[in-house]
Amino acid sequence: MGVRLKPASFAYHRAGSVPEAIALLAELGDEAKVLAGGLSLVPMMNFRLARPTALVDVTRIPGLSYLRADGPGLRIGALTTHRAIETTTDPAVLAGFGVLPRAARWIGHYPIRARGTFGGSIAHADPASEWCLLALLLGAQIVLHGPGGQRVVPAEEFLQGYYTTDAAPDEMITEVWFPRPAGRAVLHEFAQRQGDFAIVAAAVQADIADGAIRSARVVVGGVGPLPVRIDTAGAVGQPATSQTWRALGELAAAQVDPPSDTHGSGEYRKRLTTTLVSRALAQAAGE
Amino acid sequence: MTAPGATAHGRDGRWVGAALTRKEDRRLLQGRGRFVGDMTRAGMLHAAFVRSPLPAACVTSIDASAVAGSPGVAAVFTAASLGDPYLLATLDRDEFVPTPMPLLAGDQVRFAGEPVAVVLADDAYLAEDATELVAVDWALGRAVAGLAAAEARDAPQVHPGTSGNCLVDLLMFDDDRLGEIFAGAAVVVGGEFTSARLAAMPLEGRACLAEWDDRDGQLVLHVSTQVPHQVRSGVAQALGIPERTVRVVAPDVGGGFGLKCVVGREEVVVAAAALRLRRPVRWAEDRRENLSASFHGHEQRHRVRAAFDREGRILGLDAEIDCDVGAYSAYPFTCAVEPLMAASELPGIYKVPAYRARGRGIATHKAPTAPYRGVSRPQIVLVMERLMEKAARALGLGPLEVRRQNMIGPGEFPYTGVNLISYDEGSYRESLDLAERRVAEQGWAAERDRLRAEGLAAGIGYACFSERTAYGTPTMSLRRMRMTPGYDTASVRMDPTGEVTVTTGTCAHGQGHETTFAQIVADRLGVHPDQVRLRQGDTDLASYGWGTFASRSVVIGGGAAARAAEQVADQLRTAAAHLLEASAADVELRDGAARIRGDTDAAIPLAEIARVVHFQTHTLPEQVRYGLEARASYDPPGTFSNACHAALVGVDPGTGQVRLLRYLVVEDCGVVINPLIVDGQVLGGVTQGVAAALYERICYDAEGQPVSTTLMDYLVPTAAEMCPVEVIHLETPSASSESGAKGMGEGGMIGAPGCVLNAVNDALSGTGASFDHIPVLPAEVCAALAAGATEEGRVTGR
Amino acid sequence: MKGEGEAGGVTDKHQVQLRVNGTEHELLVEARRTLADMLRHDLGYTGTNVGCEHGICGACTVRLDGAPVRSCLVFGVQADGAEVRTVEGLADGDELSDLQQAFRDHHALQCGFCTPGFLMLAEAYFAERGLAPHASPDKPPPGAGEEPTEAEIRELVASNLCRCTGYQGIVEAMLATARSRYAVGRS
Repeated sequence: MGVRLKPASFAYHRAGSVPEAIALLAELGDEAKVLAGGLSLVPMMNFRLARPTALVDVTRIPGLSYLRADGPGLRIGALTTHRAIETTTDPAVLAGFGVLPRAARWIGHYPIRARGTFGGSIAHADPASEWCLLALLLGAQIVLHGPGGQRVVPAEEFLQGYYTTDAAPDEMITEVWFPRPAGRAVLHEFAQRQGDFAIVAAAVQADIADGAIRSARVVVGGVGPLPVRIDTAGAVGQPATSQTWRALGELAAAQVDPPSDTHGSGEYRKRLTTTLVSRALAQAAGE
Repeated sequence: MTAPGATAHGRDGRWVGAALTRKEDRRLLQGRGRFVGDMTRAGMLHAAFVRSPLPAACVTSIDASAVAGSPGVAAVFTAASLGDPYLLATLDRDEFVPTPMPLLAGDQVRFAGEPVAVVLADDAYLAEDATELVAVDWALGRAVAGLAAAEARDAPQVHPGTSGNCLVDLLMFDDDRLGEIFAGAAVVVGGEFTSARLAAMPLEGRACLAEWDDRDGQLVLHVSTQVPHQVRSGVAQALGIPERTVRVVAPDVGGGFGLKCVVGREEVVVAAAALRLRRPVRWAEDRRENLSASFHGHEQRHRVRAAFDREGRILGLDAEIDCDVGAYSAYPFTCAVEPLMAASELPGIYKVPAYRARGRGIATHKAPTAPYRGVSRPQIVLVMERLMEKAARALGLGPLEVRRQNMIGPGEFPYTGVNLISYDEGSYRESLDLAERRVAEQGWAAERDRLRAEGLAAGIGYACFSERTAYGTPTMSLRRMRMTPGYDTASVRMDPTGEVTVTTGTCAHGQGHETTFAQIVADRLGVHPDQVRLRQGDTDLASYGWGTFASRSVVIGGGAAARAAEQVADQLRTAAAHLLEASAADVELRDGAARIRGDTDAAIPLAEIARVVHFQTHTLPEQVRYGLEARASYDPPGTFSNACHAALVGVDPGTGQVRLLRYLVVEDCGVVINPLIVDGQVLGGVTQGVAAALYERICYDAEGQPVSTTLMDYLVPTAAEMCPVEVIHLETPSASSESGAKGMGEGGMIGAPGCVLNAVNDALSGTGASFDHIPVLPAEVCAALAAGATEEGRVTGR
Repeated sequence: MKGEGEAGGVTDKHQVQLRVNGTEHELLVEARRTLADMLRHDLGYTGTNVGCEHGICGACTVRLDGAPVRSCLVFGVQADGAEVRTVEGLADGDELSDLQQAFRDHHALQCGFCTPGFLMLAEAYFAERGLAPHASPDKPPPGAGEEPTEAEIRELVASNLCRCTGYQGIVEAMLATARSRYAVGRS
């Protein structure tokens, strides 16, 4: 039984720029890791469950923390903290992407949000995490830099499983780009204590006109190695009523096959799926 | 709770009763607390333990040769190299099987996390690195990880010579009328009531800094402990050295809650290493060790039946109580403490005419248990309060009425129960009446109905109970521990400038004794509490003292201090009488001076008396020469505080989440020394009780692997899980304590689990489901509400 | 001044220069040494306590360039060139800050082990909220916004764990301080 609670040795490097970070990652090899907020990586290192031989600290690279409107879309620098998103007063963000500051409030607690980064969450690829779900829901593109230059990968290709992404060991995320406005989007999640990792989370986007659904996108996390995109084709044309939201919640539950663990059984996660999807849709419709 | 600072003159000129802000706070707030982990010594080594990854195994070999060359490593020890030392806790009872706890496991490990070797290195990081180099060969055995597995036929025995892994089995009470009583009763209710294993989780883990003091010829241990003298005795026993060669000092201690009122093996290993190496050694438990390889508590199963008559009066009570006590008895309380306390105190505040109770402690391949806050009272209160609710339901009576029918009432005290315990005067009825009134005043029922109308489930629950506190040696002796705790001693001394030092054998770890003891002594001596300093937590201060646990300190420690202070007060009055040429009977001590009653001019400052006693002693009569000091002991019979808790919970059917919306405590701990501190104990205890009801559990898988090893798994409540708690005080002074105070440190934890469980069950009423276990988790609440009123549900009881 | 460490292995040491509560320090530390351990054991600031070493309990909270951080999850080398504030820097000599005094008045501590973490959490939040202790009289505190509420403060307090107090005193102490500073800022 591992009872270690001090990290194993590693070599520390601080990058002053993206090219420097990439060069270091390339030189240090597969066992080197990027250090941003450290909130996911360092506990694993303290437990000695992660033993990178080297860390490349990117926290001081300038110009990677921003929320920038770009046409109808939004570009988020990888080092933007959850707190910066939560507290933004930028009208462009609030108008087109209000779901982001609202969803940020689910992430841990204030001190976690003050240090954790958007890019760090995407790189960590926890299938129940808020930014991963919203990246999938809203069709985000992940911008990576590596020795071969820049690469843009759609979120649904980038996220590949539990804590697994398409990023090569010598690449770092520099930006996440949301090409289209979020519309009526809501993220809803459940954990027993406030601020804990979600047991199940649901991100929804509803396009409603004349009291009926034109389209609905639903992504559910915490039900497997990847968030699940629910097939909502049958929702088109349905009336925007609480019965419909309930039915869609049940539809979502029927389409997921969650594993059981100490935080929740498969059956309970299905129940949560129903609840969270229907509530998120009701909220999205009410906006 | 509002708390604007100190009043200048206490309450009516007395300090007892004043909401004095604590003397401890200043240095703690400034970051000048001195915890064991803060202390360093020249040449100090850090200890790290090699622990078993397996719950049941033979150690076939340990090879530490690779460690020798590891950077910064000074030594490695195993059981063999230390001479196979162990701690042994015993009871003088045939029904008890003692289980020596080796300081480091020898050839048998009995729980995952059990230490088998210790590495000493220059820093903590290097020590941990080195533990990875110790090569241990294990032969895996079969593990029993729960009561059912431990009791099964052909179950592997954790210790040789036991049957059904039973370490203690005592039929404490029996009554052959019970068969008839149950057969003829109007109603019989009961069930199987279970509570999960819990971790005390003080923010500071266990820790020890050991060093050999050449000049004093003593091993000096700074230990994060509640019981310095008991640590001294344990170290002396395990290492085979006289107690006078060991000194244990508790510096600031970051919480204990019972985890630290037993002697841990790692602390003694550190002591042995320091003795061997003649170098200081420090160990600070990390959180994973603390959650998985330390001491746990409260894992109990109660199979209970109660017979009631048509009017709701209880006629008989029959209980089989089984506690999963883990792999060893802890020193000195033994694993019997939980089952025997449960069997002994189950009837509680209720008048039970016929009683049968059997208490058993069953060994499993899990971490051993220590007396975590409440020690079986949370469980027995949960059981009795559930039984009252079930009886009420079965008889169609109001649940509070059924409680009133059965409670020991005003005019019936002192009441000797069928369990041979004498309950002194309390306010059981009054606290329930007041709680019920307050709940009505605050409109909880209307709030519950409003929530239900909104589609939530909501419920109100109550728990009424007493808390046994401050019991001395005669009462403790009934346990038949080889070392019988109970009494305590104190000394009081006034220095030549009139400042006072009190020493005590108790040992605060957050309870504010520096303040409350100063208040008690200040009243006796007529000084200001700022002039009174408490010294505690040091075995050199008293020949023996029992530390702080079981809600004993303010009554027993404070009582001893009050007695010693009274003797010094007599000395001061006698000296003053001589100096003022008056009779000692006419002297009173007030506001820092000795005054003649009725004569405002005749006064002499206490500081002046002290000066004369020390520096002009020849001018005084013989009996008040040489010093102003006294020593006293106190050994009271014990006293019960009581409380009534009420809770309103809201339940979200879609997720099963239970939210605490309102919480009320009406409590009576007799004379309150300091209301700030009493409220703080209630609030902290309630929070731990709510945690037990809804959030916390230490889980092991079927193979005996611990699952809840980090704070991501073990869900300690945050402020967001708690609602504001209202605390109302009644005051029934204790006739058997010096100050009229009663102990009360555990009450919050004792009442809250049963109270919250009753509230959840009230929220589920109408679904046909009810729960008799804690914690009640969202998944099962969600399932119960989804199953709804159309299904049978899991109704417990007959 | 940054030193080159040898790649990998136990000997990767770095020169770290930082200010703690206004005092300059310079020292050589191993890369893996956490900020918590560096502050406590290498620099002697033992006021900050370590409760879990995996970022949940918050007892180790300090301020790094103003922001609240769990110092068990930050490496000492990351504080090179930074301004660190710990509990030892709150009082003015022996005079407790308003927040510390409020903790005393509201019995917001019992064993005191988690207390420094809560104090630093509060000061970081208050600073961001425009409620720093010594607001300049000539300019209004930025972002003072609305009057602090119990719900807001309770949510803040939920960031850290306390086992002794049940949180009520901590919420009351922080709320009283926030409100009093808000009133001063408004006047």
